[in-house]
Amino acid sequence: MNRALKEHTKELVKQNETGKGISEMAQRGKGNAKIKVKDLNLFYGEKQALFGVSLDINEKEVTALIGPSGCGKSTFLRTLNRMNDLIDSVKITGDIIINDENIYTSSDVIKLRTKVGMVFQKPNLFPMSIYDNVAYGPRGQGIKNKKELDKIVEESLRGAAIWDEVKDRLKTSALGLSGGQQQRVCIARAIAMKPDVILMDEPTSALDPISTLKVEELITQMKEDFTIVIVTHNMQQAARISDKTAFFLNGEVVEYDETDNIFSTPKDQRTEDYVTGRFG
Amino acid sequence: MSIPTENKQTENIGKANKRKYFLESVSSKLFMICALLSVITLVLIIGFVFYKGSHPFVVGGYSFIDFLFGTDWVPSEDKFGIFPMIIASIYATIGALIIGVPIGLFTAIFLAEIASTRVAKIISPAIQLLAGIPSVLYGVFGLAIIVPFLQNTFGLAKGQSLIAVILVLAIMMLPTIVTVAETAIRAVPQSYREGSLALGVSHIGTIFRVIVPAAKSGIMTAVVLGLGRAIGETMAVILVAGNSLIVPTSLTDSIRPLTTNIALEMGYAAGTHQEMLFATGIVLFSFILILNFVLAKISAKGGN
Ligand SMILES: Nc1ncnc2c1ncn2[C@@H]1O[C@H](COP(=O)(O)OP(=O)(O)OP(=O)(O)O)[C@@H](O)[C@H]1O
Ligand SMILES: [Mg+2]
Repeated sequence: MNRALKEHTKELVKQNETGKGISEMAQRGKGNAKIKVKDLNLFYGEKQALFGVSLDINEKEVTALIGPSGCGKSTFLRTLNRMNDLIDSVKITGDIIINDENIYTSSDVIKLRTKVGMVFQKPNLFPMSIYDNVAYGPRGQGIKNKKELDKIVEESLRGAAIWDEVKDRLKTSALGLSGGQQQRVCIARAIAMKPDVILMDEPTSALDPISTLKVEELITQMKEDFTIVIVTHNMQQAARISDKTAFFLNGEVVEYDETDNIFSTPKDQRTEDYVTGRFG
Repeated sequence: MSIPTENKQTENIGKANKRKYFLESVSSKLFMICALLSVITLVLIIGFVFYKGSHPFVVGGYSFIDFLFGTDWVPSEDKFGIFPMIIASIYATIGALIIGVPIGLFTAIFLAEIASTRVAKIISPAIQLLAGIPSVLYGVFGLAIIVPFLQNTFGLAKGQSLIAVILVLAIMMLPTIVTVAETAIRAVPQSYREGSLALGVSHIGTIFRVIVPAAKSGIMTAVVLGLGRAIGETMAVILVAGNSLIVPTSLTDSIRPLTTNIALEMGYAAGTHQEMLFATGIVLFSFILILNFVLAKISAKGGN
């Protein structure tokens, strides 16, 4: 499944290069820059954590962010839905444009976060039922109709490939699920908002290998509908699921390219050292 | 233990261990005695109160039902009915809860979620300090400020009333409620907050839909502790209650709760009268026991 999709994507890229299949590409909206980041600097108080980050993230692709611990991957990811606003000391310069709108000059954070969803490192379901967790976001948007909510919950759980496992226990506490199941319900909860972009910060680092595989499979399916940005410490994972990869080091983007290039023919020595496991 | 060691060494270790064991057993006995002391005190007090308080019913031939539901308390005529006091205590406590809980809860939410760190750092300790003020001072405050205020605004003959008690008790339970609830709210994992905000829910929406429900058991504990404070309060209440022996029918009625009845009359009471005051104590004690039971149930639930 995984591989087939990847082949398919490669095929599309090739077709695109030779000028064929462009209409197909346009249909999926693939390849358009969905998020444009320009010269982004971020400071925690006096301490600068991001240095002049500029990169374009393509629509309906998976973009992986890799790099050693503390290099600013999470910080960067959290600028994309303005989660850094929660920290008082954070100062930001530069532009982030999502859907042709500068997210830091337009003040509607709430609308931004309905369009840019997030899945966290540790599953963080609320202490309520599975159903209520998934319906939480839509209810916040004022959807009260039971039928409509039922439909959203089912679709989202199906979209997160967890429906069959939880459909008989929707009304039981979400915290009774296994870690891997919880993480997929977290993904369902994000999907329920029908966002354009989904940010994931090491979504599989707390999971066992089987659950990890399931989530990875899910991510490759999800890029049909969503633009996905994922932070990962797992090189194989980045190579398996992402279309493009950005290598971060000390708050800077050292290299940003097609994932295949990053892993096979990196241009920067530091990237090569990192992906071959020589440091980090 | 399966690792082979030299005999000599084992012996030394054995000696050292023996000394340790000795110290260990001595100190654990010391702790035991201390613990027993407090248990003994507790048993003595309860036993004494129950012995004295049950005497009129067991030996003296008084009816406990008449005691609970009788509306006349006239010791000189051998009439001992505490119904007005039970009602007064319940009304005063519930009234104080109705005012104190929302204010306390909103204050706790404000401090834990909304106020800047700097503001919270000033207000939180100030509120904790409120808890340390001797209760008689609350009474004096009530008598000097609240009672005249009520008297003037509502044109009452006597400002000492149920509503005055309610206001004083509400103020007195605030520090307990605020401090315990604030701690409970702060203990809600940051990940819940982030999870909710990341779904495009506003800060206030997040507070009421995720954070407060997640802190529910802690908040309930806060309420029950505040309640315990209110129902057992004596000094402050004596000063503002008015101490009339009637079943209150309006907020402006002068009242006499259970606690004040004991405090006011114990000084001069003798014989059956005195024993009836102990019996009043048993009733009060039962109220608090029930509260503690509820509290334990809540905390046990919160632990799950
Ligand atoms: N709230 C904060 N206040 C101050 N400094 C912070 C804060 N959060 C992160 N930092 C600093 O910013 C830098 C980047 O942190 P960040 O969490 O983005 O790294 P990361 O690449 O996600 O690391 P990891 O792989 O360990 O998750 C680090 O030096 C970190 O110490
Ligand atoms: Mg991180």
